[in-house]
Amino acid sequence: MPQLGADMSAGKLLGWRKHVGESIRRGDIIADVETDKADIEVEVFATGVIEKILVQPGERVPVGTVLAVIREEGKPAKPEAPVVPRIGAAEAAPPKPPPPAIPPRPAAPPGEAGRIHISPVARKLAADLGVDVTSLTGTGPGGRITLEDVQKAAEAKVARPAPGEELDKRARMRQAIAAAMARSKREIPHYYLSTAIDLSRVMTWLAQENLKRSVEDRLVYGVLLLKAVALALREVPELNAVWSGGKVVQSSDIHVGAAISLRGGGLVAPALHYTDRQSLDELMKNFRDLVMRARAGSLRSSELSDPTITVTSLGEQGVDAVFGIIYPPQVALVGFGKIVERPWSSDGQIVSRPVMTATLSGDHRVTDGHRGGLFLAAVDRRLQEPEKL
Amino acid sequence: MTQEEIRQTVLRTLGQIAPEADLSQLKPNLRIRDQLDIDSMDLLNFVIGLHKEFKLEIPEADYPKLATLDGCVEYLASHKTS
Repeated sequence: MPQLGADMSAGKLLGWRKHVGESIRRGDIIADVETDKADIEVEVFATGVIEKILVQPGERVPVGTVLAVIREEGKPAKPEAPVVPRIGAAEAAPPKPPPPAIPPRPAAPPGEAGRIHISPVARKLAADLGVDVTSLTGTGPGGRITLEDVQKAAEAKVARPAPGEELDKRARMRQAIAAAMARSKREIPHYYLSTAIDLSRVMTWLAQENLKRSVEDRLVYGVLLLKAVALALREVPELNAVWSGGKVVQSSDIHVGAAISLRGGGLVAPALHYTDRQSLDELMKNFRDLVMRARAGSLRSSELSDPTITVTSLGEQGVDAVFGIIYPPQVALVGFGKIVERPWSSDGQIVSRPVMTATLSGDHRVTDGHRGGLFLAAVDRRLQEPEKL
Repeated sequence: MTQEEIRQTVLRTLGQIAPEADLSQLKPNLRIRDQLDIDSMDLLNFVIGLHKEFKLEIPEADYPKLATLDGCVEYLASHKTS
């Protein structure tokens, strides 16, 4: 069971996408796992053949538990190489013995080893109502199990709904966040910086650009902020790192984690991979997709384990500035507040400008205010040339 | 397309953006954004959804007219060609 972020201690296996004997390639999605925050598509980090499956759908196991044994390509069948689908960059919990075996359940025939087609909402309802989704026949497109199918099944079996479970799930999400944030405050000596940035060039450029674009290709200003952060990190790469085993490990790749609030409460901050190398159009497309999937509760494991820094934007909630808590094992967090028209001094004149406060929370074990200040200055400078982002 | 059909289509599009929301509680004359806790990304996805449903190019400057359910219906009814 991979650790997908510092706030994950256990996960429930929802289903296998591959079966024993099947060849798999690095990057394939092999299983679906439910965490306190979202349903995750688990990608595998080895190429080979699945030799043994050790955890069955429905089991909830601690992080570090071996889910399956993969015989890596070119290796003999004998010495078993247990491959955990990649532990996140965080210091992983030591592997724990798997829990006592669950009562045997009929194994799905190989042909059915694929994912059950069901929407996250329907899956959630099924869990809340105690409906076994494997027993359902979907009536949706392509045999997809719909909300209605779940409701009917629940009524049919006169299920006693368990209203406590929804609360329980929210409570678990809150606990997970609390654990990660408490650890951060305990271990990371934070320093905080803030600077006001004139966004008039960004907003003017964006309005003109969007005028030329069809609805589907329009950009939101948040994408320009993400790109500016990624480019500024090239100048101050110490902030693009993780703290691992008592020392800092700088990352050569820039994977900005975008904090996305979930409507039921809580948040996730999945990675936009190689943020600095994506064009604004690519970034926009991927960001939109990421927000949709985060809210639908369907993220990939690498998106949760790869972020090298987090960006949080609370401007839409009317917040002036956000001084965030660093998400371990990262060593920095960038915050953006709302854009407000403010008096601004320019060439000896007082003018009205759209201004936004950018903040940096930095880990003092890794950087100090001087480097942090250079970083915020670089973000500012990048935002003064939106056409180059 | 009648006003009622437009309204149903708008609600269906909203349902895709905020699947967990109870749209029967939505007040047609109040801002959708305040009632459903949607942000600019959701708003963009909503407009893209309307664009696909109604085959209509909606300029950014017109977004404020789509703030309420009633506003959406009125805007779409007057701009839709067919």
